[in-house]
Amino acid sequence: MPPLIRLDEVCKSFGALKVIDRLSLALGEGEALGILGPNGAGKSTMFNLITGDLRPSAGRIHFAGRDITDLPAHRRCRLGVGRSYQIPHPFGGMSVFENLLVAAAFGTGRKEAACYGRCVEVLERTRLMPKANVAAGRLTLLERKRLELARALATGPKALLLDEIAGGLTESECQELIATIREIHADGVSIIWIEHVVHALLAVVGRLVVINFGREIAQGAPDAVMADPAVQEIYLGIEAA
Amino acid sequence: MAAAWRIERSTAASRAALFAVALAFAALLALPARGDSGDLRLAVEICYSLALAQAWNLLAGYTGLVSVGQQAYVGLGGYAFFALTVLAGMPPLPSLALAGLVAAALALPTAFVVFRLHGAYFAIGTWVVAEVFRLLLAQMRPLGGGTGMSLPVAVVRDLAQSRGARDLITYYLGLGLGLGTVLLVFFWLRSRQGLALTAIRDSETAAASVGIDNRRTKFAVYAIAAGIAGLTGALAFLEKLRISPDAAFSVGDWTANVIFIVVIGGIGSIEGPILGTIVFFALRALLADYGAWYLITLGALAVAVMLLAPQGLWGVVARPLGLQFFPVQRRLRPLNSPQTAPEAASPGRGD
Repeated sequence: MPPLIRLDEVCKSFGALKVIDRLSLALGEGEALGILGPNGAGKSTMFNLITGDLRPSAGRIHFAGRDITDLPAHRRCRLGVGRSYQIPHPFGGMSVFENLLVAAAFGTGRKEAACYGRCVEVLERTRLMPKANVAAGRLTLLERKRLELARALATGPKALLLDEIAGGLTESECQELIATIREIHADGVSIIWIEHVVHALLAVVGRLVVINFGREIAQGAPDAVMADPAVQEIYLGIEAA
Repeated sequence: MAAAWRIERSTAASRAALFAVALAFAALLALPARGDSGDLRLAVEICYSLALAQAWNLLAGYTGLVSVGQQAYVGLGGYAFFALTVLAGMPPLPSLALAGLVAAALALPTAFVVFRLHGAYFAIGTWVVAEVFRLLLAQMRPLGGGTGMSLPVAVVRDLAQSRGARDLITYYLGLGLGLGTVLLVFFWLRSRQGLALTAIRDSETAAASVGIDNRRTKFAVYAIAAGIAGLTGALAFLEKLRISPDAAFSVGDWTANVIFIVVIGGIGSIEGPILGTIVFFALRALLADYGAWYLITLGALAVAVMLLAPQGLWGVVARPLGLQFFPVQRRLRPLNSPQTAPEAASPGRGD
């Protein structure tokens, strides 16, 4: 079985700036993969390349064995790529429920009335039910981040790309979020999670990839990766002995 | 687990508004019995301004297509109507409908060109396209070239023998265009496609990420807006009985005034352009005797609204009250909630 997502030697440059430099990466079916890396390492750019928000300068991207490099973002979503944005992009004039409804209707290609049930489920799972009829533009930042997760989930993704959704949470909120993401993973959704809150990441993912300057510098079992001196130096700012 | 719930789509205000709209419509149907020819002409102008405003609001307020070139399609619609009736000898009413289709059809290839531009460049591009159409029509000798042409008496008679009957027909056509556009926009925004339009209005990036085909939606909106402009052009120049390139492709009459209406009324809602139309024609009537002061006042008001109330006058009135006369929203209500409304979950209209 091919990996669900595969990046082959993908490059992305903005002018002279090389943000992603021959990056290869695979997400297995049913896997939960964590991405670590300092700010500016190219993590969000990598997501934008997978979702189609950006096109790579070179390299190919595959989803479930299919080359999706030239597909626009909305087609990739319909194939099963769901993502949350690091900086929330709510549909501010629509209610939280409508945010999920539009995602469910267009992400799955179903009729509106066939999506109500799924939206209610997602609202309950992400604990947004009390805010269902509130305009998304009036949510707090933390609620907006939860909405990002909920809206991505409503599209019925096979692969869920989460971009820093644990930042700024209290410890108990963080535990709730971890439980939610574990549930989603247990339901068979594959996950790539970019996160600076390392303990949250380690509670969910089975494998870590560390990126710096658009390149993979370490990958493998979380414990081994975190113990890697190169990772400690680059990511944690600890001088290698 | 999942509690019982239902989807609610209307509010007390919207049900009251529906009643008010029905009353107003009945009054408008009866207007010809009371008003004179001048009143009817003004009413037609108000109606097609409302139609243009609703169409421009869909373009700029929802899909972010800030077009300054809608006069292209008003002009093309007007000229298509003259060409069909005068050159092809078709009867006026089918020609009118066909003129709208011609404008919408010409909008599709034009969209391929102008959609390559974004933001301010798109705005300028649409204006340039309108100028190109104006210059092209000015070269067309059979349609009167640069000086334009008048609608032959035979065509006018074909519509109706008496002047009174013609006024009546034009009036009901205008009413149909204005009301029809409002209803079209309303039902479009309430539909599944309307969810997509509203999502694009709020965030194009996120809209694509949830599976919405932004480009296709924009094409649809652009073509529909062009069709409405085309119908407006056909009706307006049927009423004026004369067409010329400068009048047909006037950026002031067909776009600047319309932008004013939408901006002061409130962009991104159905109610805004309606309120804007009322304000615009009220100001025009009030300031008719003050010459240049009329335009200065309009300009000052537009600047003031943009600075102080970017949501427009409707936003100022409605937002604090949560008022919505044309409800396009869906509210999720638990079934055991004390709030009861007659509407049950309304089925999605699909696409």
